Amino acid sequence: MPNVNTNEFRSGLKLIVDGDPCSIIENEFVKPGKGQAFVRAKFRNLRSGRVIERTFKSGESVEAADVLEVSLQFIYSDGDMFHFMDEETFEQHAATVDAVAGAARWLKEQDACTITLWNGTPIAVTPPNFVTLRITETEPGVRGDTASGATKPATVETGTVVKVPLFIEQGELVRIDTRTGEYVARARE
Amino acid sequence: MRRGVVTRTRECTPGRSPGTDEPAGPGRDWRPGASIGALRLRARVLRAVRAHFDAEGVLEVETPSLGSRTVTDPSIESLVARDRAGRAWYLQTSPEFAMKRLLAAGSGSIYQITRAFRDGERGRHHNHEFSMLEWYRVGFDHHRLIDDVDALLDTVLGPGSSRRMTFRDAFSRHLGLDPLTAPLADLHDACRSRGFESSAAGAVRDECLDWLLSAAVQPALGAGRVYLLDFPASRAALARVRTDSPPVAERFELYIDGIEVANGYHELRDAGELHRRMRRDTEARSAAGQPVPAFDDRLLAAHEAGLPACAGVAVGLDRLVMLAGRYRSLQEVLAFAQDTA
Repeated sequence: MPNVNTNEFRSGLKLIVDGDPCSIIENEFVKPGKGQAFVRAKFRNLRSGRVIERTFKSGESVEAADVLEVSLQFIYSDGDMFHFMDEETFEQHAATVDAVAGAARWLKEQDACTITLWNGTPIAVTPPNFVTLRITETEPGVRGDTASGATKPATVETGTVVKVPLFIEQGELVRIDTRTGEYVARARE
Repeated sequence: MRRGVVTRTRECTPGRSPGTDEPAGPGRDWRPGASIGALRLRARVLRAVRAHFDAEGVLEVETPSLGSRTVTDPSIESLVARDRAGRAWYLQTSPEFAMKRLLAAGSGSIYQITRAFRDGERGRHHNHEFSMLEWYRVGFDHHRLIDDVDALLDTVLGPGSSRRMTFRDAFSRHLGLDPLTAPLADLHDACRSRGFESSAAGAVRDECLDWLLSAAVQPALGAGRVYLLDFPASRAALARVRTDSPPVAERFELYIDGIEVANGYHELRDAGELHRRMRRDTEARSAAGQPVPAFDDRLLAAHEAGLPACAGVAVGLDRLVMLAGRYRSLQEVLAFAQDTA
């Protein structure tokens, strides 16, 4: 990949820092009136999600990272790898458990996910913001209780346990916000 | 008598009028970045500055923004305008050289409020065009000049106290390092532990010190006014160097709330030494592949004719307005910063 000059730094730019692909969160120009100019940048490591801070001499070059975000359909997991497919080209990508990380809690076959590819290999998976999942196990519902705000645990088809209102029955579909892991609403078939 | 302290008044932000949902795309965003309150504050700061120098009997002068010569300092890049004959005119990075020619011509103490231009400087505390207040007091050394800066700040920011600290003390207090004698390897270690791989970046000693000053010392200086004095001789710029052991430059920087606001010198007068420093600058520039401007021969000639003993200082006026109004960025006090200029 080509090198990127610090003058071209902007948020969202993908670079290699410490051998890992990182995305610039923010960058700041620092310069004493009589002295060297620097660029102090905050990065998110796209593999670990950790935030790091690095400083460069203004005008330094940093290796660009070949990072691409693509929307792929989750097709299946074989236990070791999660398999995704491009719905237009039918090209398949396999992501490791590490790359999928927390997204695995919400992955349902045929859902479209955002996959971060580094040099063509998936390094991170972002599930859709909202997923519709079936309740596979929960205590029987309390009819009519739509106001108390009380919740109970329920297991959804991906195996994840979420909190749902008391009136929700086993076998129903619910809509969940994957960013917070919270129940949003009842969903229809 | 009551002192004319300048304070921030009620904000009146020019907002988008209701009912218009016109997209503010590039080229359409016409509104100022500064509130009308910030513009009023700026006007009051300018009046207070002029009143101060008027009372002190310092003469206001104007010098060109377009010069046939420019600074050689490798850390400052000039913007260049071309006339119809193709001749390059440098937008002045500070009025220093022209004002020194006036001093050599017998102007006595002078001040100027002007625009200065520096290529590539852009950020929360930088804009490539900015307002500079620069003044020279004949017969002053840097200590007396600091008293004068403080008196000006009392008018602009309200009465306040200030601290003076040597560059060396500041580094040893906040970093446990002697900036003048510490081995380069120690400076690299200190940089690395603060997120700058200085050794890999090929940073030289002064660059390490620049970073440590910005990243570790300045933020530790705390609230209020702090003057750092006696910079390393290698960072003398155009200050005279005192032959202590190790030698130090009679230069000071003012930080307010950790933000650099002013830079002053007990001025170098020796024409031969000025010529040597310019040559060192241009050698560094050509080694780094930077443009190498011609020496300002008229400045050299003025030094040969004799610059009076004096001290001079430049204040970033936009930053001063920012601090006076407790704003967080220059963009909030510039009518139109670089992005919307």
